[in-house]
Amino acid sequence: MNVFSTTLERTKALLERAKGMPKPAKIAIWALFVVFLFALPVLNIPVITTPDSDFGGVLFTVTTYVLVALGLNIVVGYAGLLDLGYVAFYAVGAYTVGVLGSAHAHLPWLMTVPIAVVAALVAGVIIGAPTLRLRGDYLAIVTLGFGEIVRITLINSSWLGGASGITEVPRPPSLTVFSVPHLDWSSGSPIVDLGNTTTFLKFGITDQIPYYWLALMVIFVVIFFDKRIKDSRVGRAWEATREDEDAAELMGVPTFRFKLLAFAMGAFIGGLSGALFAGKQGFISPDSFPLLLSILFVAAVVVGGAGNRKGIILGAIVVAYFPERFREFQEWRVLVFGLALMMLAIFRPQGLIPPRRTVRAKQADQKLEALEEGTASDA
Amino acid sequence: MQYLIDNFFSLTVTGITLGAVYALVALGYTLVYGVLRLINFAHSEVFMYGTFTAMWSVMLLGGHSGASIPAVIGWIVVMFLVAMVTSGLVAVGLERIAYRPLRKRNAPPLISLISAIGASFALSELMGLRDKLAGFFGLDRKLGAYVGQARNNVAVPEILTPQPVFTIVDYQVTNVDILVVVGAILMMIVLDQFVRRSRLGRGIRAVAQDPEAAALMGVNRDRVIQVTFLVGGIMAGAAAVFYLLRIGITRYDAGFLLGVKAFTAAVLGGIGNLRGALIGGFVLGLAENYGSALIGTQWKDVVAFLLLIVILLFRPTGLLGESLGRTRA
Repeated sequence: MNVFSTTLERTKALLERAKGMPKPAKIAIWALFVVFLFALPVLNIPVITTPDSDFGGVLFTVTTYVLVALGLNIVVGYAGLLDLGYVAFYAVGAYTVGVLGSAHAHLPWLMTVPIAVVAALVAGVIIGAPTLRLRGDYLAIVTLGFGEIVRITLINSSWLGGASGITEVPRPPSLTVFSVPHLDWSSGSPIVDLGNTTTFLKFGITDQIPYYWLALMVIFVVIFFDKRIKDSRVGRAWEATREDEDAAELMGVPTFRFKLLAFAMGAFIGGLSGALFAGKQGFISPDSFPLLLSILFVAAVVVGGAGNRKGIILGAIVVAYFPERFREFQEWRVLVFGLALMMLAIFRPQGLIPPRRTVRAKQADQKLEALEEGTASDA
Repeated sequence: MQYLIDNFFSLTVTGITLGAVYALVALGYTLVYGVLRLINFAHSEVFMYGTFTAMWSVMLLGGHSGASIPAVIGWIVVMFLVAMVTSGLVAVGLERIAYRPLRKRNAPPLISLISAIGASFALSELMGLRDKLAGFFGLDRKLGAYVGQARNNVAVPEILTPQPVFTIVDYQVTNVDILVVVGAILMMIVLDQFVRRSRLGRGIRAVAQDPEAAALMGVNRDRVIQVTFLVGGIMAGAAAVFYLLRIGITRYDAGFLLGVKAFTAAVLGGIGNLRGALIGGFVLGLAENYGSALIGTQWKDVVAFLLLIVILLFRPTGLLGESLGRTRA
């Protein structure tokens, strides 16, 4: 616990110093970081790389979790609505791609994605419109129920492939630009392995890395829009609704409409990640969308610090990556994951990286308390 | 439709027995929610531990079918005692480890849910890994009958063979049906009276109504919360035995779906409301049975959730409203 907080303090200090740097240096550091992210799967860095499963595939899973967490963060973090059935939108996105690309039509993947995203958005509005008037905990159980309804409908509907799902889902169109060799660390130091290369954006079956690259690009686009919307009037309306719905309503914020918007946007991003998942997997079945996944998504958001973009990205990485990295302890990992969630909740109740507003709110609370105790220095 | 009409009474009786189990588990959710405003996600695990310890106790006593009546009664009593004690202890331990530290730090409500989810995973995995855990002490061979097949369904010895007692129109009501329904209703009456009349019950209601005012009036909040978890756990333990008598098998993750259903029942009746949980449980059990008879058993869970959504649309606080605090003194 102590070690953890000191490392956190140190990172904070480092970030503080980074803030003082001139702008070109900052841009250069970010650019380097982005390049590093893209290069991650071919670098094969020993400790990070998962020994028991394909590292490219694991990275892709991590990126889908990040994408889903970004979407769910709008619902849970910004608007403060607890959604325990988020996997439903993920499933709607994936199945739209499956149905239009393989089961009932043969559209190419790129054409199915916009339809999938819109379908998820419509599903979000359909679910949100009647249920968003309910209070928090009721919303949680209704969304949970909705997630289950979607999954059971998928199992029982032969039109949607039934329990065996849909096969031969179209893959994203390939675009062969250049090949990147992998690094080989087996001798202890890195050697460029020319026999093992990945072609940039060639979407095949065996090599998962191009999917990771695609998902990464999508994430950057989503983060860009997420940042803009959070700092806009809409973002402020969400914050007001989350903090005090009645007060927001009195101040002229149409809270219901904004909640619905948050729900729809969350569903949109959920559908997008579902479409990516279907395109990579090439095969989808109801088993890919269990209730547990919804809970893991919420865990990713809350673990990182709901409402903080960097936090939830970290949370998604923690939730998706560690179980894969420690696959050799397969049997014990869920147990360890559960214990870790509890420890985290107890020792960092605001999440790994708490959102700025809670820090601000905390200071306000402290001030108020000081006033009440009569110990305020400047009162 | 014809199927529903032909089997109306058998569907009704099985629906009521199922609903009784839901209702007992739902009480645990509703009590904790009323006092703490917290969805105790790990309550399903409290129930699951009850099923396992009850099963082990019967195995230990050599329970088998066709025994004499005093022996059967003895086994069932032991099952109840063991399951209620274990579930109660697991629930209290859960509160101590997973929730109390959070409460002391004024954590946001969402993070309590994460702690609850973590605890739920950890508890159910501990049971799923029981063969490995026993292996650490070199006991996995010796205790094979108890810890073997850790990831599969395990069956409890059938100590009470269902025998028809009387007939409603065309359905023969068995002794198990009667035991489950009467037992569950008895438990609920005891609980209801406990919360309404006893001193501790008054404390529970006071904390549910206004925690701060209750604390000012000298109610020991931590103690009340502990008692609430204990009572909820005991109810889950009783539900576990009824479940075993009715269904006969259990598994390390058996609590999950039942927990979701029971929580649905609690919300259906109005969470925080004891009688609501009772009504919600029975309504859910019946609706599931009728619904699956109408449109097919594979849609059973869909019926339950659709019913919940429809009822919440028209009565946003459940059938009876939320009122653990408001019950008359």
